[in-house]
Amino acid sequence: MMDFEPFILTLKLATLTTCLLFLVGIPLAYWLAYSKYRIKFVVEALVSMPLVLPPTVLGFYLLLAFSPENQLGEFLDQYFDLRLVFTFHGLVLASVIYSLPFMVQPLRSGFSGIPNAWLDAAKTMGKSPWATLFRILLPNMKNALITAGVLTFAHTIGEFGVVLMVGGNIPEETRVISVAIYNEVEGMNYAMANQYSLLLIAFSFTVLLLTYLINHRKNNLLSYD
Amino acid sequence: MIDLSLKKALTGAEGKIALDLSCQIQPGELVGLYGPSGAGKSSVLRMIAGLMHPDHGLLVVGNETWIDTGNNFFLKPEKRNIGMVFQEYSIFPNMTVYENLVFALDKGQNKSFVDELLHSIGMEKMAGQSPMKLSGGQKQRVALARAMVRKPKVLLLDEPLSALDMEMRRNLQEYIVKFHREYGLTTLLVSHDASEISRMAQRVLVLENGQFSFDGTPASFFKTS
Repeated sequence: MMDFEPFILTLKLATLTTCLLFLVGIPLAYWLAYSKYRIKFVVEALVSMPLVLPPTVLGFYLLLAFSPENQLGEFLDQYFDLRLVFTFHGLVLASVIYSLPFMVQPLRSGFSGIPNAWLDAAKTMGKSPWATLFRILLPNMKNALITAGVLTFAHTIGEFGVVLMVGGNIPEETRVISVAIYNEVEGMNYAMANQYSLLLIAFSFTVLLLTYLINHRKNNLLSYD
Repeated sequence: MIDLSLKKALTGAEGKIALDLSCQIQPGELVGLYGPSGAGKSSVLRMIAGLMHPDHGLLVVGNETWIDTGNNFFLKPEKRNIGMVFQEYSIFPNMTVYENLVFALDKGQNKSFVDELLHSIGMEKMAGQSPMKLSGGQKQRVALARAMVRKPKVLLLDEPLSALDMEMRRNLQEYIVKFHREYGLTTLLVSHDASEISRMAQRVLVLENGQFSFDGTPASFFKTS
């Protein structure tokens, strides 16, 4: 009988990571798209680092940083009673860092795709940057928002290296589906590994299919002539 | 009255231009800003609107100072009582025609003025339509009405007609002149079309090599040139 716990844990992790990344990613992408500071190229490079780094490298340093034997880990433990190594909270934080470019890059191109004249027009109508963001920018970049959300969610579901390094393999706490598959293969339990894998394939395909369907429909509605 | 004295170094497609401009514009005037493309005509409007910072200068509109670089003062575009229409269509596609106008309202301003404006541009029947379904001329008519929503004293038109065909142009020119007279506006129209300026403006400022090389009636300028 298949244990659904790793699958549910994975969905929980991916949903939480995606929500948190919307909160972090929108201001960050906005800043990257419109700021005139030269330093932004440094920030851009940092944001994109997880794309090229092996997940184990990121996981390794996060493990060191979160460890109670280190200053950051000790500080969090002492003042906030927060342990980030081998816990679900730690997984969420690691996933937020690891999936950051998958959220920020589509959003950034979404912002850049908005004509400057719209922003200028809003300014000459006395609108604040907040009003412009929520009434003009975000509603006109729905495709970018959907793409960013889906990529982040899917990428978090597929995480393995970072999760294993920071979270380990604790049932109902950090054993997400990719780790569960690895675990079953290690124990020569190929039938169960197969079931988990098929579930993951079916789920990922459905999510992507729905996204493309929605985007396709929206584009059809927009191209009226 | 607009009292303007601005300096700005621009880098354009045809090299560097040092704008060094000063002029006075009386209330109720409709002034054409004429000159070769790349001369910096749009930059003049953008500085008046607050969308571009001058290097040095003073701009006083009525009793209000908008720019005073000597005292490090720059009034944000959101705080300047202006209406502006751009060359590119800047109607927000996520809102209906009516919502585009309502968006421009100041807090607490009565919506009935929006109906009045829609009536004067003859588009009350299209109020509920998406702007995506409008022709270029209709879009610019909506943009003109939207620029009027806050009852500005100064109307800035940055080549709003250049993308339109002849018939649409004539039609919109009439609306501009009508609004200019009806609401007692001070209007600045950027254009590289001599006939357009002759037809609409009482006065033309010619921008060449960074300076106003001519200031007088369109008839006298276009006769001599």
